[in-house]
Amino acid sequence: MATGQLTPSEYIGHHLSFNQKVVGDTGFWVLHVDTLVTSALLGIVVFGLLWWVVRGATAGVPTKRQAFVELLFEFVDNQVKSIFHGNRHAFIAPLALTVFVWVLVMNAMDFLPIDIMAIVYGWLGLHEWRSVPTSDINATFALALAVWLLMIFFSIKVKGLGGWIHELFCSPFGSNPLVWPANFAFNLIEYISKPLSHSLRLFGNMYAGEIIFLLLGMWAATGLAGTIFGALLGAGWAIFHILIVCLQAFIFMMLTVVYLSMAHESH
Amino acid sequence: MNINLTLIAQAISFAILIWFTTKFVWPYLLNAIEARQKTIADGLAAAERGKQELEVATQRSTEVVNDAKQKATSIITQAEKRASDIVEEAKANAKAEGDRIITGAKAEIDQEVNRAKEGLRQQVSALAVAGAEKILRKEIDAKAHADLLTSIANEL
Repeated sequence: MATGQLTPSEYIGHHLSFNQKVVGDTGFWVLHVDTLVTSALLGIVVFGLLWWVVRGATAGVPTKRQAFVELLFEFVDNQVKSIFHGNRHAFIAPLALTVFVWVLVMNAMDFLPIDIMAIVYGWLGLHEWRSVPTSDINATFALALAVWLLMIFFSIKVKGLGGWIHELFCSPFGSNPLVWPANFAFNLIEYISKPLSHSLRLFGNMYAGEIIFLLLGMWAATGLAGTIFGALLGAGWAIFHILIVCLQAFIFMMLTVVYLSMAHESH
Repeated sequence: MNINLTLIAQAISFAILIWFTTKFVWPYLLNAIEARQKTIADGLAAAERGKQELEVATQRSTEVVNDAKQKATSIITQAEKRASDIVEEAKANAKAEGDRIITGAKAEIDQEVNRAKEGLRQQVSALAVAGAEKILRKEIDAKAHADLLTSIANEL
C-alpha cells in the first residue's frame, strides 16, 4: 500500500478529495475537474461507440455488435413502454437510454481498484483524482435537477401554464379553495423531494460503495494475512457491487421515466 | 461534498448527451428495428397467405380430380349405352334387312309360281286343244270351237 505511512483518515481523505479548480471567489465557483473530465470522457467513448454501431445499423440480419446494442435498446424501450403512454420515441425513450447507459458506465468506474488507479493517475500527474463521477453529489444532483427541469417543462407543455398552476393548487385533495394551501404544500414537498431522493439515492449508494472499498483496502496495512483477507473481502464486495452498479443505474432510469410520465398525466 | 459549479457543468454535459442520443443514436436503431419488424411481419403474413393458398389449391385439385373421375365414369357409361344401342340398332337393321330379303324372295317365288302357272295353263290349253284336235279331227272344225276352248283355258 503506497500510503502505508498515513493514518486511516488521511488515506480515506486523500482518496475522497476532488481535483478542484477554483474559478471564482466564493465557495460555489469551484469545478471538480475529475468528475467533469471522467464523466465527459465516458460519455464520449460510450455514446461514440453507440453511434458508431447504430450508424451502420441494418434492418437485415444484425451483426453481434448491433444485436447487443439492440438488446439494450429493447430493454430500455420495454421499460419506457410500460410506464409512458405517448410518443416515447420522440424524447423520453432516448433520454432513458442516455441516463441508463451514462449512469451505468459512471457507476462502473467503481470496479477499478482505487489504489492502482491512484498510481495510474499519479503517472499522468494527477494527484487528487476520483474515479467515480456518481459518487460526487454534484454529478448526481446535476442529473436529477436536469430531469426535474424537464419534468416542469413537460408539465407546462402538456397542461399549459394555467393547467400546471391549477394542478399545483387543486390536486391531490380537490379544488375547494379551503384545501389550496394543503395542496400547494403537498406539491411543494413532492417537487422538492423528487430531485433529492433521485440524486441522493444514487450518490449514497456509490459513495458508500467507495468508502467500503477504502475500508477493505486498509486491511492491507496490517500485514500479509490482512492483505489476503482484505483482497478476498474486496473481491466479494466487488461482485456484490456489480449488482448495485446495474441496479442503481436501472433505478435512476426508471425514476426518470416515472417522473416524466407523471408530468405528462393530468390529475 | 458541497454543491458547486460542477453541478451546472455536469448538467450541460448531460444535456449534450441527451441531445446526441435523441438525434443520432435512437432514430437509427429505431428505424432499423422497425424496418426489420415490418419485414418479419410481412414474411409471416406471406407464409400464412401461402399456406392458405396451398390449402385452397389442394382442395381445388381434389375437386378437379373428383370431377374428372365423375366425368370419366359418365363417359364410360354413355359409351357403354351407346355401344349397346348400336348393337341393338344393328340387330334391328339386320332383322329388317332379313325380313325385306325374305319378302323379296317370297314375292319372287310367287312371281315364279304365277309364271309357271301361266306357262302350265298355256301348255295345258295347248295340250287340251291338241288332244281335242286329235279326238275331234274329223267331226269338229278347229276354227269353230276355238272360242269355246279359249274361254275354257281362261277359266283355268
